[in-house]
Amino acid sequence: MDFGRISRRQLLQGGAALTLGAAVGARPAFAAETTIGFIYVGSRDDYGYNQAHAQGAAALKKIPGLKVIEEEKVPETDAVEKTIESMINLDGATLLFPTSFGYYNPHMVKMANKYPKLRFEHCGGLWSDKDPKNAGSYFGYIDEAQYISGIVAGYTSKSGKLGFVAAKPIPQVLRNINAFTLGARLANPKATTQVIFTGDWSMPVKEAEATNSLIDQGVDVLTCHVDGPKTMVENAARRGAMVCGYHTNQSALAPKAYLTGAEWNWEVLYPKFVKMIAAGEVIPNFYRGGLKEEVVKVSPYGEAVSAEARKHADDIKAKLAAGNYVIFQGPITDNKGNTVITAGTERSQQDPELEKMDYLVEGVLGATS
Amino acid sequence: MADGSIGLWTVPLAVLGGAIRVSTPFLFVSLGECITERSGRINLGLEGTLVMGAMSAYGISYLSGSPWLGVLAAGITGAMLGALHAGICSLPRVNDVAVGIALMLFGTGLAFYLGKPLIEPTAPRLPAIDFGWWSDIPQLRAALRVNVLFLIGVALAPILYWAFRTTRWGLLIRTAGESSDAARAMGHSVLLIRLRATMVGGFLAGIGGSFLSLFYPGSWNEGLSSGQGITAVALVIFARWDPLLCLWASLAFGGAAALGPALQSVGVTSGYHLFNAAPYILTLAIMIITCSPKRTLTGAPAELSITR
Amino acid sequence: MTTETADPVSAVGAVAPAADAGFLQRHGATIEYVLIPGAALVGALALFGIFVALFGKNPLDLYFYMYQGAFGTWFSWQNTLTRAAPLILTALCTALPAQLGMVIIGGEGALLIGALSATSAALALQGMPPLVIQIAMVCAGVIGGGLWIMLSGALRQYRGVNETISSLLLVYIALAILNHLVEGVMRDPASLNKPSTREISAVNMIGTIPGTDVHWGLVFGLVAAVAAYILIYHTVFGFAARVAGGNIRAAKIVGLGVGRLILTICFLAGGAAGLAGMVEVAAVQGRTNANLAAGYGFTGILVAFLARQNPLAIIPVAILLGGISASGGLLQRRLGLPDASVLVLQGIIFVFVLASDALYGRIGFLKGKS
Repeated sequence: MDFGRISRRQLLQGGAALTLGAAVGARPAFAAETTIGFIYVGSRDDYGYNQAHAQGAAALKKIPGLKVIEEEKVPETDAVEKTIESMINLDGATLLFPTSFGYYNPHMVKMANKYPKLRFEHCGGLWSDKDPKNAGSYFGYIDEAQYISGIVAGYTSKSGKLGFVAAKPIPQVLRNINAFTLGARLANPKATTQVIFTGDWSMPVKEAEATNSLIDQGVDVLTCHVDGPKTMVENAARRGAMVCGYHTNQSALAPKAYLTGAEWNWEVLYPKFVKMIAAGEVIPNFYRGGLKEEVVKVSPYGEAVSAEARKHADDIKAKLAAGNYVIFQGPITDNKGNTVITAGTERSQQDPELEKMDYLVEGVLGATS
Repeated sequence: MADGSIGLWTVPLAVLGGAIRVSTPFLFVSLGECITERSGRINLGLEGTLVMGAMSAYGISYLSGSPWLGVLAAGITGAMLGALHAGICSLPRVNDVAVGIALMLFGTGLAFYLGKPLIEPTAPRLPAIDFGWWSDIPQLRAALRVNVLFLIGVALAPILYWAFRTTRWGLLIRTAGESSDAARAMGHSVLLIRLRATMVGGFLAGIGGSFLSLFYPGSWNEGLSSGQGITAVALVIFARWDPLLCLWASLAFGGAAALGPALQSVGVTSGYHLFNAAPYILTLAIMIITCSPKRTLTGAPAELSITR
Repeated sequence: MTTETADPVSAVGAVAPAADAGFLQRHGATIEYVLIPGAALVGALALFGIFVALFGKNPLDLYFYMYQGAFGTWFSWQNTLTRAAPLILTALCTALPAQLGMVIIGGEGALLIGALSATSAALALQGMPPLVIQIAMVCAGVIGGGLWIMLSGALRQYRGVNETISSLLLVYIALAILNHLVEGVMRDPASLNKPSTREISAVNMIGTIPGTDVHWGLVFGLVAAVAAYILIYHTVFGFAARVAGGNIRAAKIVGLGVGRLILTICFLAGGAAGLAGMVEVAAVQGRTNANLAAGYGFTGILVAFLARQNPLAIIPVAILLGGISASGGLLQRRLGLPDASVLVLQGIIFVFVLASDALYGRIGFLKGKS
């Protein structure tokens, strides 16, 4: 496989610092291989966000000529800068995937400027023209999958009350909550989504308490946006509520209660990126994709999903996959009564305004701060 | 209400449910630490013991299919960590607070290390006893689904209270804690008494950990404890080394932990970070109110390094 | 064994028998201070080697990669020193109060409050010359962190509240305050998915030491450690502190103001951790957000205890622990060890070094005549 402009030889001409890497590289192993570094913010076995990325990395390991190196639990401090440099200097990595939002600025941007001949692909960031050209940011429109989950949840809920266990009120999370609610309201215009923020990405006791509080409020279908959905899924199922999963497929945890879920599909995207590089194509610096681009996917429906719900959900899914459906089309009002998207305005997925979302749509019970 | 909602009643109910669900680890760790500290030693390492207990309980339950074997394994693991703590502390000039911090690190690290393959599998959990059968409000029934470990913990508190006062070993532990010279004069080995007290303390803390992974929240992952073990150690100090007060304090802590999410669910949405910190603020406030510079704390074992 | 860290120890061992007995006895105490922790370290590394061998990894590979990742190349050295910089400062937060016999484990909280104060100062003074802003940030960081730990000291002195517990509780409270402000009134609307304060702007950053990638925080740490050493061992104030640490009652009898000592030492201790927070903002993050709670405060406790609370010894110990964390990545990548192996190793080292405290004054050939 020819990796064009990021071949190892060019790399060695790249900078004085790299001669050290070459000295270390005198030890065997990577001769003509291309080395790709993956950096995770949590444990790569977390059955959630990081595991989804690790599954994508595992897909790359199967491709001959590629060497994948991984480091987990790297905090979003200068530690990630050092991890990147260590992967470059000691392992000869030429393509790096720092997969947590907080790695982007200032850390990864700094490294991309320092190593202009290497390629950096960051998950979740918002690349802009003032950022280095050898850096890129990719992300998936997982709100499309959440929208499908919302439709299924809307049909399945008897009380019309849905619950959402969320970590922090940030745009990515708010967008999921909103898409889930808008989807649910397609099925049941009176449906509401009660949201509880736990305050951080991994707080199992808080997540379990939030789940119980929501169910006490009459919620009978729940989903979440935290790093590891297992706690929510199992506790909700134990109380007899239905769940929609997140990040990965959690149906094995609660086969009867699992309706569907929003999943990442990194194991398709990452090999695609590598093939693009090998073929000499340029990966757009700002790369986004949803169901159509197969960056995200929807879990298979559980047995509790009615035929009506399946039909409606499949119909919308097909439209999203074909790229001719817009989730955020006006008029949309927030839950304080302000119009946030005016009638006639369509905010399609690529619209940068959606990445700055700071409101909860009508039907969501909760506040952004 | 017709739609099955109970409105604002969610908050007191969640606090009640939280007191039952969340308090058990606090209760076991604080009772265990109570025994250890009464013998004149402080073991800050119970945070590590709690996490190790949670991991080993989940692992053994998964491998053997029996959650009760998991609970036992957690207890034994805890006792072994307790023995390690006591063993190192029995060397001359070794600071028990520092050893505790070291074992906190070691226990947590070891649990994370060994627990990697256990995050995804589902292990058999401990059963719940339905104490809400008399009620037809599902929320109340859910809050009253109680695990037998909680009941054991609740029963253990008065038993310990009684045992400290009246039994021979209770007296021995207190003697070792009040004056090692006196214990020695009575012909007992202070180190041995403390070894046993620390092992029992570790055993209980390990069981507290098994509750986390096998009942509530009910699975193993690395964020499971979030400082509950160390908070429980703090709790012993403001409970004045009294097992009954440990029980009430644990219940209060459990309830406080449920407060943040419950308030949000009824629409109190601002400042949830501060509500989530409620247990810590509460502890500090109670300590400020109840402590006094003029005298040593009532009930404080005189040999305890931390209160001198 | 091929460990870097083992070498100085074996070197001492090799030289020692050759030297005359008088030298050994005169410098026995000093040699003990190097020999005993060194031996404990070797023991801990050996045990950790056995531990990883149980999981089918070659311990020799382990030692090689640890050496390589921590000290094997100039890059590795810079990696190690960068990670050591905040640890020196947070370790002082535990080591200074330890002179008074107090166990403070809340450096993390002081670091967060220091960072928050420093950021606030920088944002309030935007437009002023960078040097003014930087000095203001140092002052704000030190004062913020200092007052935070002083609160623990005051509670101990005036309310009898145990400082270990209160300082720990204050960590959780500091984190809640930080998150509350960063996601609330101080939030930069443009920070989107990582709620943060506004940036202090690039011109106000303190940058790196020329010729290296290591930021100036390392120099701050070295200066603070040396200053703390001088304060404790070469001033009347430090002498008074050590007397009070040895025996509070004696200190009161000779008329030392114990309350003043406690408050001052706690302020300085918190100030050091607050300075670490300021450095993280001004040299690394450029703003305050939840990333600052990276555990430097907690690792600092470990550093302080391993250094036996001696401010000068903190420097090599911080570098050692920085090296362990720097090599952790290599262990993950080359040996496939999980990230937690670093925690396990730190725990083992800590246990060994503490247990080795029992050896002081008991090594036969080092015993003095007195």
